[in-house]
Amino acid sequence: MAMNYNAKDEVDGGPPCAPGGTAKNRRPDNTAFKQQRLPAWQPILTAGTVLPTFFIIGLIFIPIGIGIFVTSNNIREIEGNVFMYYGLSNFYQNHRRYVKSRDDSQLNGDPSALLNPSKECEPYRRNEDKPIAPCGAIANSMFNDTLDLFLVGNESDPTPIPLKKKGIAWWTDKNVKFRNPPGADIPLEERFKGTTKPVNWVKPVYMLDPDEDNSGFINEDFIVWMRTAALPTFRKLYRLIERKNDLHPTLPAGRYYLNITYNYPVHSFDGRKRMILSTISWMGGKNPFLGIAYIAIGSISFLLGVVLLVINHKYRNSSNTADITI
Amino acid sequence: MDCSLVRTLVHRYCAGEEECVDSRTVYVGHREPPPGAEAYIPQRCPDNRIVSSKYTFWNFIPKNLFEQFRRIANFYFLIIFLVQLIIDTPTSPVTSGLPLFFVITVTAIKQGYEDWLRHKADSAVNQCPVHFVQHGRLVRKQSRKLRVGDIVMVKEDETFPCDLIFLSSSRVDGTCHVTTASLDGESSHKTHYAVQDTKGFHTEEDMDSLHATIECEQPQPDLYRFVGRINVYSDLNDPVVRPLGSENLLLRGATLKNTEKIFGVAIYTGMETKMALNYQSKSQKRSAVEKSMNVFLIVYLCILISKALINTVMKYVWQSEPFRDEPWYNQKTEAERQRNLFLRAFTDFLAFMVLFNYIIPVSMYVTVEMQKFLGSYFITWDEEMFDEETGEGPLVNTSDLNEELGQEREELFFRAVCLCHTIQVKDGDEADGPRKSPDSGRRCVYISASPDEVALVEGVQRELTPRDIKQLPQSHTARKRLGFTYLRLKDNYMELQNRGNDIERFELLEILSFDSVRRRMSVIVKSATGEIYLFCKGADSSIFPRVIEGKVDQIRSRVERNAVEGLRTLCVAYKRLIQEEYEGICKLLQAAKVALQDRERKLAEAYEQIEKDLILLGATAVEDRLQEKAADTIEALQKAGIKVWVLTGDKMETAAAACYACKLFRRNTQLLEVTTKRLEEQSLHDVLFELSKTILHCGASLTRDNFSGLSADTQDYGLIIDGAALSLIMKPREDGSSSSYRELFLDICRNCSAVLCCRMAPLQKAQIVKLIKFSKERPITLAIGDGANDVSMILEAHVGIGIVGKEGRQAARNSDYAIPKFKHLKKMLLVHGHFYYIRISELVQYFFYKNVCFIFPQFLYQFFCGFSQQTLYDTAYLTLYNISFTSLPVLLYSLMEQHVAMDTLKRDPALYRDIAKNALLRWRVFIYWTFLGVFDALVFFFGAYFMFENTTVTSNGQMFGNWTFGTLVFTVMVFTVTLKLALDTHYWTWINHVVIWGSLLFYVVFSLLWGGIIWPFLNYQRMYYVFIQMLSSGPAWLAIVLLVVVSLLPDVLKKVLCRQLWPSATEKVQRSSSRRAPADAAPSPDRPLLMDPEPRPRRE
Repeated sequence: MAMNYNAKDEVDGGPPCAPGGTAKNRRPDNTAFKQQRLPAWQPILTAGTVLPTFFIIGLIFIPIGIGIFVTSNNIREIEGNVFMYYGLSNFYQNHRRYVKSRDDSQLNGDPSALLNPSKECEPYRRNEDKPIAPCGAIANSMFNDTLDLFLVGNESDPTPIPLKKKGIAWWTDKNVKFRNPPGADIPLEERFKGTTKPVNWVKPVYMLDPDEDNSGFINEDFIVWMRTAALPTFRKLYRLIERKNDLHPTLPAGRYYLNITYNYPVHSFDGRKRMILSTISWMGGKNPFLGIAYIAIGSISFLLGVVLLVINHKYRNSSNTADITI
Repeated sequence: MDCSLVRTLVHRYCAGEEECVDSRTVYVGHREPPPGAEAYIPQRCPDNRIVSSKYTFWNFIPKNLFEQFRRIANFYFLIIFLVQLIIDTPTSPVTSGLPLFFVITVTAIKQGYEDWLRHKADSAVNQCPVHFVQHGRLVRKQSRKLRVGDIVMVKEDETFPCDLIFLSSSRVDGTCHVTTASLDGESSHKTHYAVQDTKGFHTEEDMDSLHATIECEQPQPDLYRFVGRINVYSDLNDPVVRPLGSENLLLRGATLKNTEKIFGVAIYTGMETKMALNYQSKSQKRSAVEKSMNVFLIVYLCILISKALINTVMKYVWQSEPFRDEPWYNQKTEAERQRNLFLRAFTDFLAFMVLFNYIIPVSMYVTVEMQKFLGSYFITWDEEMFDEETGEGPLVNTSDLNEELGQEREELFFRAVCLCHTIQVKDGDEADGPRKSPDSGRRCVYISASPDEVALVEGVQRELTPRDIKQLPQSHTARKRLGFTYLRLKDNYMELQNRGNDIERFELLEILSFDSVRRRMSVIVKSATGEIYLFCKGADSSIFPRVIEGKVDQIRSRVERNAVEGLRTLCVAYKRLIQEEYEGICKLLQAAKVALQDRERKLAEAYEQIEKDLILLGATAVEDRLQEKAADTIEALQKAGIKVWVLTGDKMETAAAACYACKLFRRNTQLLEVTTKRLEEQSLHDVLFELSKTILHCGASLTRDNFSGLSADTQDYGLIIDGAALSLIMKPREDGSSSSYRELFLDICRNCSAVLCCRMAPLQKAQIVKLIKFSKERPITLAIGDGANDVSMILEAHVGIGIVGKEGRQAARNSDYAIPKFKHLKKMLLVHGHFYYIRISELVQYFFYKNVCFIFPQFLYQFFCGFSQQTLYDTAYLTLYNISFTSLPVLLYSLMEQHVAMDTLKRDPALYRDIAKNALLRWRVFIYWTFLGVFDALVFFFGAYFMFENTTVTSNGQMFGNWTFGTLVFTVMVFTVTLKLALDTHYWTWINHVVIWGSLLFYVVFSLLWGGIIWPFLNYQRMYYVFIQMLSSGPAWLAIVLLVVVSLLPDVLKKVLCRQLWPSATEKVQRSSSRRAPADAAPSPDRPLLMDPEPRPRRE
């Protein structure tokens, strides 16, 4: 369209009274964009248009909320897989000095970073002139209590509940982000040669677990600990208790006995330790917040819908007359 | 280059020291005057190098950086960046360094490129060859080597290389024609005159023998003013002294036309030419939006500092227990422990500042600049504002003020005369008047500085129907009205063709040129029979008192009648001079013209003496036809709540008639007059008090809201004031209480629907603008005009609009915006101004809002991480939030938004009132947005907090860490902030859809990618799979939906309730238009994603 315009202009020649011959070319193009006349959808938020939305939100949110709430409350019954957590409170894993005190390259098995850890790890970088593996405050303060669960069937001989160590860390962490130093055939201890254990640890990292697939940097307890928690009161997945068959509950009713090998000091910072057993639904552990929030917002929205409906009816007449005068 | 600059400065400085040197002496051709002459002080003048560039290759980087960091915002970001570099801060220097670097680099490249162009232009100009006369021969040299005193030859179509005194021309009569299109944009030809005594020097040899000195004033920027004198030493002892005026001065930048060649002597060179002096001073205007923005920035700076302070104090209170400061699991390094407590606290404070610094985003400045720059294109592109007839479109000279167009425009000034569209000759001419003597002319088309003259000459010449004059030869103008054709001015003889088709010749002896104080001009001519006449034309008020004979009463009544009809009247008078009288006059004039000091005053006195005892010949009347749609435009402006003042130099009756014609005054308007006539009877004091009493008494019901006089029952007032009365008002009173009359005057004006100021001198116009600008309400003023005499008020007002008029382009050149016709003002203000204001205010508010949303959760998080400055979001998110995730939608909004259809805005000017007085950037609105931001931030943060608190949210029992927490908050935030903008968008073109949904999509894609790879060059992998893991959890989805809805709910509710209960005019119009087109009203704007965007057909 614009092209047509220009072509026509040239045929016409210059305007008779324009000061310069070029003036005609300055005529702006008549395109929808340049004239700000692009076709557009022009929605307006009025009571009439918003009302249904409020009702729809109400109608959708309340059932969702109820669903979530019920699911969340059912979690207490110990059926299906049971998850064993340890919890710490007043422990600031999210402190900046703490969060950055790690070397992801070292944890990813980089040989140079293994022997020369990042400065961020200070003051947990070197010990007695040897690089610490894994370096940093997070690794150094790894949770090292041992929890064992027994079912007290008869007084003298409690049966231990089998606790699964694997599958507690993110798959990607275990398989990609965390890697032992290279060398497939060399024993793990050799691969960590030249490094020393973190100060607070009893055992070096390559002796965290007898199973080589779960030892060194890819030890799942270690990986779980290395994912720093968002808030000072947190829990971390410790073990899985898998359901054996459909007939029996995973943890049948009875007396249980928890054996704690107490290593981890928390009194000095006024902390608390907890052990949590929980089943998991599709939406995670027990947490009434989401359900309640959904119900609340759904109801509020519904209520607002009603209020708006009233207002809309009450004021419609006046606004109608106002419209007519325009 | 720098040397010459320094030299200039030194020179100026020295000149300032010895103040006695206020004139400069130039030796023409560098020839010393004969020893007997007065002793001149030799002066140094710069060479003819033009330096318009700002930088050199060497100083570009330091100087440009210095200039850029002089902007407060840039400096602030630089400080933040340096702090990040120096101390250990939570975010890496990259997060603020990268955007800053980007902004600085882009600006530097742009400025560097512009400067490079300037360098190129400079060197082209400086090296272009110039002919000048040396030892009787023509020499070609580069322009920059030109010195003051050199004699220069300029050929046709060449531009003058410096300011020259016109010595001689190849034309016999010693004139040349010049266009100053590149100087002031006027393309019409102007005639300049060679110095009388040198115009005989036609060749180089002649020139070489010229022996003269020129004295002139020091360089000054006024293009139209020049005073000097030339001493020509001939072989005889007595030097001849001649006055020099601006008609002898050829300005650099002007082009020689229709003249083969001229000789001139350089008097001002290089940076001292009037052109160069004019480039410098153009003051920056700042818009009200920008001012509000700066105030908001200061508020946010305070918020930022107080946040950082609170956190620092809290940190040390919290840490007072040692197990918190340094628990066993989180020891400090030795160096950290050693550090001084105060130093540590200060570092912490700075670190918090850095952490929260994003609340003042660098990108806001970039976005605002881009919005202004790009947005101004829509004005120039507007087809409706293009004028076919002149081939002119609107021009935007300053894009900084776009939104100001939509601002409260309390008062608007324009001059009624600017409304004149075509000057049409009416047959109201009196008896035997038509012997007009124009002062310059050429060819068939009469060219003159004043459109009145054109009208008169043409009127005298044509306008009789052809059949009456069939017998006349069809030579150049077929139709003759009164039968007199002005042929030309040749060798000081004016030739006229009279009714008998004979040519009459009058010798032009003197011109007593026009000025706006005298309001008249005269010529002295000698007829063929040797009689000498003085003809004088001028405003009736300045002619009648000098008339002693003639049909005064009859003409006076005619003039008055014509004036009431809205015609522009001129009176013509003459007197016959006898030879002795004439000689006396010549001496008088010569003496005045030669004076270097006070020449204007002396000339005026001389004119005063000469122009008296006249015989009235008659009067002419020229119709000022209003520009098309002027009345419509003014009515619209008044409806829009804009107060219109008319400032004109016309006489009262004419101006009042024009005001009636353009519906500024209505039939029921009661006119109040403060005029000289009335002041003769009463003192100013009494008049003003009486008027204010009238107004306040009767107009008590006349509130400011309905002053436009739309309702017939309220009495509305129009004030008429003339220049003399105004200067009385402006004059400070003896007792020192200078402002009281002004206040009273403004009070009266405030209550009038329209104010007409007539007989205004150009400077008075600016004075009025200033008066109103600084009155109590601090209104935003707009001045519009088309003539050179409007320039001062255009420059003074907040927004100056020039009309590309018939009287030259000076107004347009000095304006912020130029439009081809007065009627375009309506669209300019009501549509473009309105849109720009809506757009930029949303842009500013939204930017603050989204950064409150961004940073407030960060602040809250400090309470849960031991005040350790831990960031909630990953570095990449911190950096990109403002740069890419949320920047484009708002930029597009600020370019495209149309909350009401363009045609509705034009049809209903009252909508303009909704945005008057900076309505959308008031504190109330600002606080609302800020609180909305805080509320949303609370929702994001605590929503995520309760989600994560001590529980699992995955279906496999695994736990999330702090980065997932931050990412959840961030995701909710990006969606909320973008959807909030979507809710505010009233104009969804396909581009909006692409950008809004596209930027959300970009966020998701980026996050997937950012977390999907182990990035090889980063020393941390904290985000690895965090986003994907989060999305694999059902509750996270539910939380995102919930939190987004909760964040948006209050705003939607507020909008709906306000619209329902207290609708503004704009909202009513929106609704009624949506009701008329029910198909367009979407049922659920909350979820436009689900909606099929229907293209809305444009209504009429």
